[in-house]
Amino acid sequence: MLNKYPMWKNIMVVLVIAIGGFYALPNLFGEDHAVQVVATRGADVTATTQSDVSAALTAKGIGIKRSELENGQLLVRVANAEDQLTAKETIAELLGDKYTVALNLAPATPEWLESVGGSPMKLGLDLRGGVHFLMEVDMSEAIRKMEEAKIADFRSQLREERIRYAGVHRTVRGIEIKFRDAETLSQAERFLKSRGNDMVFSDISSGDNVVLLAVMSEAYLKQIKEEALLQNITTIRNRVNELGVAEPVVQRQGAERIIVELPGVQDTARAKEILGATASIEFHMVDEKADVAAAANGRVPAGSELYQRREGGPVVLKKEVMLTGDHITGAQPSFDEYSRPQVAIQLDAKGGEIFSNVTKDNIGKPMATLFIEYKDSGERNPDGSVKMRKIEEVISVATIQARLGRNFVITGLTHSESQNLALLLRAGALIAPVSIVEERTIGPSLGAENIENGLQAMIWGMVVVLAFMLVYYRAFGVIANLALCANLIMVVGVMSMIPGAVLTLPGIAGMVLTVGMAVDGNVLIYERIREELRAGRSVQQAIHEGYGNALSTIADANITTFLTALILFAVGTGAVKGFAVTLMIGIATSMFTAIVGTRAIVNALWGGKRVKKLSI
Amino acid sequence: MFQILDIKGSINFLRHAAPISILSAILVVGSLVSLATRGINWGLDFTGGTVVEMEFSKSVNLETLRSNLTEPLVAGAVVQNFGSSRDVLVRLQVREGVKSDDQVRVVMAKATELDPEVVQKRVEFVGPQVGKELAEQGGLAVLVALICILIYVSFRFEWRLAAGSVAALAHDVIVTLGVFSVLQLEFDLTVLAGLLTVVGYSLNDTIVVFDRIRENFLKMRKGTPEEVVNNSITQTMSRTIITTGTTLITVVALFLKGGTLIHGFATALLLGIVVGTYSSIYVASYLAIRLGINREHMMPVEVEKEGADQPSIMP
Repeated sequence: MLNKYPMWKNIMVVLVIAIGGFYALPNLFGEDHAVQVVATRGADVTATTQSDVSAALTAKGIGIKRSELENGQLLVRVANAEDQLTAKETIAELLGDKYTVALNLAPATPEWLESVGGSPMKLGLDLRGGVHFLMEVDMSEAIRKMEEAKIADFRSQLREERIRYAGVHRTVRGIEIKFRDAETLSQAERFLKSRGNDMVFSDISSGDNVVLLAVMSEAYLKQIKEEALLQNITTIRNRVNELGVAEPVVQRQGAERIIVELPGVQDTARAKEILGATASIEFHMVDEKADVAAAANGRVPAGSELYQRREGGPVVLKKEVMLTGDHITGAQPSFDEYSRPQVAIQLDAKGGEIFSNVTKDNIGKPMATLFIEYKDSGERNPDGSVKMRKIEEVISVATIQARLGRNFVITGLTHSESQNLALLLRAGALIAPVSIVEERTIGPSLGAENIENGLQAMIWGMVVVLAFMLVYYRAFGVIANLALCANLIMVVGVMSMIPGAVLTLPGIAGMVLTVGMAVDGNVLIYERIREELRAGRSVQQAIHEGYGNALSTIADANITTFLTALILFAVGTGAVKGFAVTLMIGIATSMFTAIVGTRAIVNALWGGKRVKKLSI
Repeated sequence: MFQILDIKGSINFLRHAAPISILSAILVVGSLVSLATRGINWGLDFTGGTVVEMEFSKSVNLETLRSNLTEPLVAGAVVQNFGSSRDVLVRLQVREGVKSDDQVRVVMAKATELDPEVVQKRVEFVGPQVGKELAEQGGLAVLVALICILIYVSFRFEWRLAAGSVAALAHDVIVTLGVFSVLQLEFDLTVLAGLLTVVGYSLNDTIVVFDRIRENFLKMRKGTPEEVVNNSITQTMSRTIITTGTTLITVVALFLKGGTLIHGFATALLLGIVVGTYSSIYVASYLAIRLGINREHMMPVEVEKEGADQPSIMP
């Protein structure tokens, strides 16, 4: 019999729409004011923390709506913004500086909905306010660091093998290793190659100058860049956590860039300072044999370098780095017995081993702590990238009293410097400096305004379209309108279900546009049915043919639109991606509701019955 | 049932196609000339620079603010209203040796002198390098979209129709860009998104007509290609008007109610939808006819003879 859906198909339609509707539900509940507690290094958020916090808040007379402990973070919901502020202060006071306490807005989704994975759509920064940074990693600096490490490697490898070399230097061409004669060169080349140094060696000797050039291989260069980017992302993620921002985003973009999004942040200056700072420390031995006065006049001994002390005065340090900041696992600011600021440092196992060996061999000798920081110089390179200024200062020189292990202290800083250094060291050093190449700050009021505008546009568009369809297609118009509403609910449902999908202002525009375009499927079908009726077909035949003939047109038309949305998604960034996502989802759901959804209703109403006239 | 177009026979759309296509050609050439001479008013996304949006508690005199922004740090700042007389937008160019933060600070300080209750609503800074890359990527995106569509339509239909649809799309993109160039409307990232959406939408329209053309070629055994095309356009006209209408309604709603941030997007769509609807008839279909589309080209692939994809000598 024509126009009858089998039961399973009807059930499927109802089920799909019901699931879409169910997952769209959480968007109706709004948000709770909440306080979020995250442990920084060396601390844990446990059930004990939770009960302590609850007790402290209750003592202050603050009512707790709900308190959840999940993934090592505590979220306490309170009734209003006023309670939220008091609660934050109370909790921060109670827990101390090992925890980050941040204000947050948590979705007020009921627990039963949440337990089945229901959560509202995530809003983009343009809808809730915050800062968006696009950062670029200075790869030339990362490469320079690796080359310097290679130089040290070459020196020790050649020495180990007792191959005499005249000098190893970094030049614009690469690393040049000088030898006395061609024979040692080829011997060294064979040996260095056999050690798998990831370098391409070539003999560039000319006349008396016997030089072996080592250049990084393409693959190695790529690997260095990749590692530099990944390590910087990890470091920035740690720093963002230290900033105490709720739900931050740190993502890579392309080969050299990192996106950082901090919802709700307005103090961009502080955020930039922490995110972009590339402070790190290195430990060097002081070159005691060097003549400081001569060095200050430009005669620095080979293998050493002249630095300035923070408090003034030159000091000559050996170039070789005893230990870098990479091995530091913990750093806390404190005061020594004379109440001078200091930073207590903990090293990882490998760092501890290195440090223990170094200090054992050098008891009684002076060791310097070199503080390195890259700052935005305010100038730009001709290509538009930011010029970074490298600042190196010796912050302390101390005589090694005894063999040091994994714990020791650094002194010689001011109070605020010790605070900042501890924070930066805890969060890890950036392997290469980063600069901000794009920054967008959206005020919270603008975010709210954007949502309001978007909703207004959607409501107006929707009302007019629904009215038109109703007048023009009558009964079938009602069905199309039902499909349209179901479609919108499903878009919201799917957007809420997909973890990566974010609603942005252009995303709302995409939804509005979907409303306008989603009727296309129904219009194509209905016009087809009308044509068939005009051509004298019976009602049942007309419905059957109408749906059947329109199908390929709808599919072709939508697939091509989907293709363009896909391209938008692939090349677009941020807001444009948001638009592309909603458009793609909209196309998929509108095809379903327009073809299968309306058919189910039409079949249920008229299918298999004797109908003389259709209300279309 | 009432019908917007109650047509018994078929309208001879193609009768006017030749003169109208001259109009299209003029539009395209005019757009290209404007693009070449006036260029596009690239927005921040593409040029780089800094934009500060602020809201004053009362409406302010832009001239006063403008004359206050003469310090070397912010010289050349463009000051304009944005939406209402209380909303002001200041654009600053990237300058060598100047930090965007410092520029923003100066601008906000001057604005606060005029009105202590001014609120900073939005600050955007884009490096010039990023902008350049974005422009390249955007252009590439439109190109890739056109090529993908060419492949898809060639595969699903026939190369003459594919050529017609791509020509129509290029026409839409160029004319829309041309209007942005002539009126010097700001072209930002959302406009680019709008443009790609136009590509999708316009294609949607074209495909619907082509689908009917293919069907009618197989059904109307005796019709000339012109008759088939005219018939197909007539039959799909109701649908075209209704869908274009509902889409236009929602885009107008976006334009009027969606706020200033998506004005560019809505403008591009408004233009593109109108141009796209027209081009699906007078550019896409007409070109396919001129390329010599006929019934044989639409036969199922199995019976396709060798050389069937060559232009036929017979009309």
